[in-house]
Amino acid sequence: MKDTSPESREVLSLEAITKTFPGVTALNDVALSLYPGEVTALVGENGAGKSTLVKILTGIYQPDGGTIRVDGAETRFPTAIAAQSAGITAIHQETVLFDELSVAENIFLGHAPRGRFGLIDWARLRVDAKAILERIGARLDPETPLKELGIASKHLVAIARALSVEARVVVMDEPTASLSQAEIEELYDLVERLKAEGKAILFISHKFDEIFRIADRYTVFRDGEMVDAGRITEVTEDQLVEKMVGRTMDAIFPDRTFDPGPEILRVEGYRHPTEFAEIDFTLRRGEILGFYGLVGAGRSEVMQALFGVTRPSAGRVLLDGQEIVIRSPADAIAQGIVYVPEDRGHQGAITALPIFQNVTLPSLPQTSRHGFIRMAEEFALAREYTERLDLRAAALDQNVGNLSGGNQQKVVIAKWLATRPKVIILDEPTKGIDVGSKAAVHAFMAELAAEGLAVIMVSSEIPEILGMSDRAIVLRDGRIAGAFEREDLTPEILVRAAAGYAEVA
Amino acid sequence: MTRFLKSREAILLGALLALVFLAETRFSGFAAPGNLVRIFNDTSILIILALGQTMVILTRCIDLSQASNLALTGMVTAMMNAAMPGLPVPLLILVAVGIGLVLGALNGLLVWKLDIPPIVVTLGTLTIFRGLVFLVSGGAWVNSHEMSAAYKGFPRADILGLPVMSWIALATIAAFAVAVNRTSLGRAFYAVGGNPGAAVYTGIDVGRTRFWAFVIAGGLAGLCGYLWVARYAVAYTDVAGGFELDIIAACVIGGIAISGGLGTVTGAVLGALFLGTIKNALPVAGISPFWQMAISGTAIIVAVAVNRRRTPGRIILKEAKA
Ligand SMILES: Nc1ncnc2c1ncn2[C@@H]1O[C@H](COP(=O)(O)OP(=O)(O)OP(=O)(O)O)[C@@H](O)[C@H]1O
Ligand SMILES: [Mg+2]
Repeated sequence: MKDTSPESREVLSLEAITKTFPGVTALNDVALSLYPGEVTALVGENGAGKSTLVKILTGIYQPDGGTIRVDGAETRFPTAIAAQSAGITAIHQETVLFDELSVAENIFLGHAPRGRFGLIDWARLRVDAKAILERIGARLDPETPLKELGIASKHLVAIARALSVEARVVVMDEPTASLSQAEIEELYDLVERLKAEGKAILFISHKFDEIFRIADRYTVFRDGEMVDAGRITEVTEDQLVEKMVGRTMDAIFPDRTFDPGPEILRVEGYRHPTEFAEIDFTLRRGEILGFYGLVGAGRSEVMQALFGVTRPSAGRVLLDGQEIVIRSPADAIAQGIVYVPEDRGHQGAITALPIFQNVTLPSLPQTSRHGFIRMAEEFALAREYTERLDLRAAALDQNVGNLSGGNQQKVVIAKWLATRPKVIILDEPTKGIDVGSKAAVHAFMAELAAEGLAVIMVSSEIPEILGMSDRAIVLRDGRIAGAFEREDLTPEILVRAAAGYAEVA
Repeated sequence: MTRFLKSREAILLGALLALVFLAETRFSGFAAPGNLVRIFNDTSILIILALGQTMVILTRCIDLSQASNLALTGMVTAMMNAAMPGLPVPLLILVAVGIGLVLGALNGLLVWKLDIPPIVVTLGTLTIFRGLVFLVSGGAWVNSHEMSAAYKGFPRADILGLPVMSWIALATIAAFAVAVNRTSLGRAFYAVGGNPGAAVYTGIDVGRTRFWAFVIAGGLAGLCGYLWVARYAVAYTDVAGGFELDIIAACVIGGIAISGGLGTVTGAVLGALFLGTIKNALPVAGISPFWQMAISGTAIIVAVAVNRRRTPGRIILKEAKA
């Protein structure tokens, strides 16, 4: 291996780790080393085995073979507690928290500060929680029940939870996937501080800009094998991508010529008592309309109202010039408006059902005859859409719960595309999706728009907004802060409008 | 096929065969076809009820009121038969199913519209339905000699070597096997129990889906009300008292996850047959009632332990330990 720089002593090292699941080798003979005060980026496509490795490191899964060393001494993590006491903490890809508990309780669940008689010291718990939240720059009240928070804030709580234990090794599995730019900056600062404190950090991400910004080292996984590792200064982005996907990649965003059709959707005077107000916009066939804003700006809330999950208090929605009333998601689907939600854990896939049944769930009328579902047609439909999205799965009758995070998302997107909607709303469509598949999703979006579908794309990634939108609307604090044509779009304009630095018409 | 061999149903089938074999070694003639048919017939009611319960459990609910529903519908049909012996049996069966559907719909509405936890709703209706049996009968029994021969004879009537009761169970199994796997409602049961949040976003009305599960369970309980009373030729307030727990036990043994969204018709049927066989074999082998209970109980816990390993939702389950 290239990086055996003798000067730095590794805190944690893995050798020849292997892990198989029925039918899949998730990890095959992989090695990884983490060094104090350094950030190691772990990159690889969806399903390459990154999260599996994290779970082995945190005692959730047991490896089938191989050794784990902490400070050179061989060790095992039979339980999550064992890994924690060895000084390893992790922010998992899927945020696992308790909705009914408060933010502070979630942070300290299982290791709350104790007072006399071993009882929980509530006063200290709140103070400590506040301190940790401040440390990571999260402006959250420790008393808030978790269920009242949006997905980004929940993620911040998960980060706070990971950092509430004394750790020497901090593992972050796609920590920035559900955060917006401002919060991501805070996270980078935090990573710097952790580095300065001498912690070893494993950082998993599909975003190359951040990898090159914060990482010191890299390790690449492909199909469960470690293909390369080294210092980040020794590679370029293109080389890294090539190692990851095993081929060179072309342009990330597809070339599109925007050829707008007639107006299909018009939203007028849309408002909600607490979430948003004065939302007016139109959408045309063949158009991709970007919605940008900071997390909490109300983008998802507007979309949920359009999809009938929540009820707006005023406003009109016109589809093809006809006013429509949407009372439930079923109404929206019947009208041809579908929504791919952002929180794919709670709102996306049914993990206990196989892939093909997830895909066909909203399309059952199409795959049924005389009220009976026809499995062959289900498979055909599921195959068509999962293939177009480049889904990596052993078989279509595999349970979605066994797929990697990114592949679960593709199933959810495929599910909605299979309904052949008129308007599709994609909320953070490429969150957690690897470069290659991201390009596939973008290409597919472009293809759908070219076929006349109207697309609303909510995204917190500026490059995605710039690369894909024909027009973009920026929301701030539940109101429209600006609407821009493609040729006017620049990163500065978007950031300014979202942050409210300048009032733009 | 290889997938089936590894499945929970295969394990259960193996356990069931082993059980029959074990009983046969102690007790020759147990595995004789005639006896097996008899056991199946004896278990028919449990199978039908367990299938209804399975639908409810799949949606992440539970129905504790099935046995009380059965007692009430059974009593009403018995009293109607005693008062008007001329009423045709098919009509009485329709009445039984009808009452069952209404009682199930009541459960379903309370869960759906008032959003009361199902365990609370059905714990309430368990008592209420049982109380109603007493109200309508005044605590009196309807005995065998008050029932018409047609009323008692229908479930036992022989068609092609099998009693009607067994045929009804087989028909129910077949109907569910198709309905659960091949209708939108069946799929919705899995979706609602597997991830209610995602079901909402898929355009499935979670409350309405649960309502239908309760209606189905209620209708089947009504059907079984007639079958039970006719077969045992007696109706009284405490008919099938405590049987709700046997039904749930059959489901659990059959691998229907109490947390919802997971389970199969085959599993429910095998679970019911397993419990039915134990209950049948043990008394014959002269094992004391206490040991019978202990053995059934052990079977439930073993079944749950076996199922636990195979439950998906891997991340959440494992993480909860941390
Ligand atoms: N519990 C499981 N049962 C069966 N297969 C699994 C299980 N967990 C993971 N896998 C499989 O192991 C492989 C690696 O998955 P993993 O979640 O580690 O990928 P990943 O690199 O984190 O991907 P992503 O970027 O999409 O998060 C995938 O093929 C996945 O389907
Ligand atoms: Mg992952």
